[in-house]
Amino acid sequence: MSLKSLTKDWEPMSYGFLDASAKREIRRKTLKAIAVPGCQMPYASREVPMARGWGTGGLQVSCTLINPKTTVKVIDQGADDSVNAASIRRFLARVSGAPTTTDTLKADLIQSRHRIPEEVLREDQILVLQVPNPEPLRPVQPNMSIARQMHADADYGRMWLQLYEQIVRSGRVMQGASYPSLVHGRFVMTPSPIPRWDVPKMHMAKHLTILSAGREKRIHAVPPFTRVEPLVFDDVPYRVEEHGDLTCTRSGAKGYFMNEIPQPDGTSTYEVSDSELGVKTIRSSEGETIDIGQTWYQNGEMAQ
Amino acid sequence: MMDAPKIVTTRPLLIARNVSKAYGDVQALSDVSATVYPGEVLGIVGESGSGKSTFLRSLNLEETPDTGSYTLDLPDVQGNLFDLDRYARRMLCATKIGIVYQNPHLGLLMKHSSSGNVAERLLVAGERRFSVLRDKARDALDASEFPLERMDAPPIELSGGMQQRVQLAKAIALEPALLLLDEPTTGLDVSVQALVLDTLKKLQQERKITMVIVSHDLGVIRTLSDRVMVMRRGKVVEQGLADQVFQDPQHAYTQQLVHAKL
Repeated sequence: MSLKSLTKDWEPMSYGFLDASAKREIRRKTLKAIAVPGCQMPYASREVPMARGWGTGGLQVSCTLINPKTTVKVIDQGADDSVNAASIRRFLARVSGAPTTTDTLKADLIQSRHRIPEEVLREDQILVLQVPNPEPLRPVQPNMSIARQMHADADYGRMWLQLYEQIVRSGRVMQGASYPSLVHGRFVMTPSPIPRWDVPKMHMAKHLTILSAGREKRIHAVPPFTRVEPLVFDDVPYRVEEHGDLTCTRSGAKGYFMNEIPQPDGTSTYEVSDSELGVKTIRSSEGETIDIGQTWYQNGEMAQ
Repeated sequence: MMDAPKIVTTRPLLIARNVSKAYGDVQALSDVSATVYPGEVLGIVGESGSGKSTFLRSLNLEETPDTGSYTLDLPDVQGNLFDLDRYARRMLCATKIGIVYQNPHLGLLMKHSSSGNVAERLLVAGERRFSVLRDKARDALDASEFPLERMDAPPIELSGGMQQRVQLAKAIALEPALLLLDEPTTGLDVSVQALVLDTLKKLQQERKITMVIVSHDLGVIRTLSDRVMVMRRGKVVEQGLADQVFQDPQHAYTQQLVHAKL
């Protein structure tokens, strides 16, 4: 028996960029994260050819899940065409040979920075969210050892205290994104910094959501059909952004989450944040037969 | 013939027995025992390093002594409290025991609002209605004679005396069975000290809260306490009724303390 017979031939790069042991570890940690919804699992975040903080956590999970038949979609704050999204999409295609798409309905794997697409995701789809700060307790407890004990004890009083302080100082809850949410009635998580608009989309969703922080080396997950409840006082209702009445100036789409575009005259125009939904709306209005999926929100209201 | 007066017995609320604690070679507590009855104020006095604060922290379950037992006569509270796990300790302290620290930085979130500091205690106990949190925080601050127009100011912007009142409001917000006070007036000027003592006295008289107060200031102990425990080098050298200890001290160290004060 020679050494050569025991080893694989040299390859310039592993499939999906990460080596097999790295992917094995990430799969193991992802399974653990799915088994304990909302609980942060530490993992050995590897180097990828991208700076920390630019989606390395999400990229590692995507590299682990991808195979040549996976259709990949990458969005950055709802847009398929941002430099970051386009670069990650091209990188994933290059290291895996997987086909890419911008259509939410055709994607098997969606890597996203800070948004959940407006079209409802299916059971067979996986959403990977990039996360900068996975620890919801960090603003109220800088000592991470104590924060972990607080998670173990489900000691989340100070998360409510943060909301109390916001109401006292500003008359309303000011937390626009990263809204602390209780997963499966047990762990409080920071759902990436997705806007408040998107948090209800995670509640009892059919798809699997994996949240990965590359810099902070943590993975957590929301399995399908899991309760995700934003922390709210019993007598102060949860409010999402009031975008229901806004109309996209480019596509005419109405009733979805919008990006505000300030104008030189001091006014603002709005564009639908989910760029692919905007493109579909334009093509549909031009007479093309376009498959627009069911959306989570209808006329600015979350569908029951 | 007149009937014999009816005798009602009262069980102690707090019993600590033979509590000992060493930090390396330093024996901070040696077989310290104490009993406190409901509605009573126990004053613990002694010089710096006598172990009084270590004993108080043990009663607040922040320290686990090497030996000894500690029981509270409360519904759903059983056995030696030093044997409780971290979670049970946290829940017991959050709901049944209030503490006021000498240093407000230990007891308060300095950059949160004063009412938020009080609300935090209610939140830990599970209250989730904003309006109730607000009302109860206002009531507790009012009872501590805190000016309500400043209830949303952060403690960092308040004077030392006001910070102690916020701590006090936080401690009494859930109407604890036991209130622990660790040098509550140390570092305050004499006039503010007197105001805080008046508030404590009023609270004790109105609410009949059982208190354990630690101080090296004999005046504070004499003003508030029903019974006094004198500690030196981790041991109890004398204990008894306040008047008895102050008027007729038995131990040489107590005599020294009393005379030094006089």
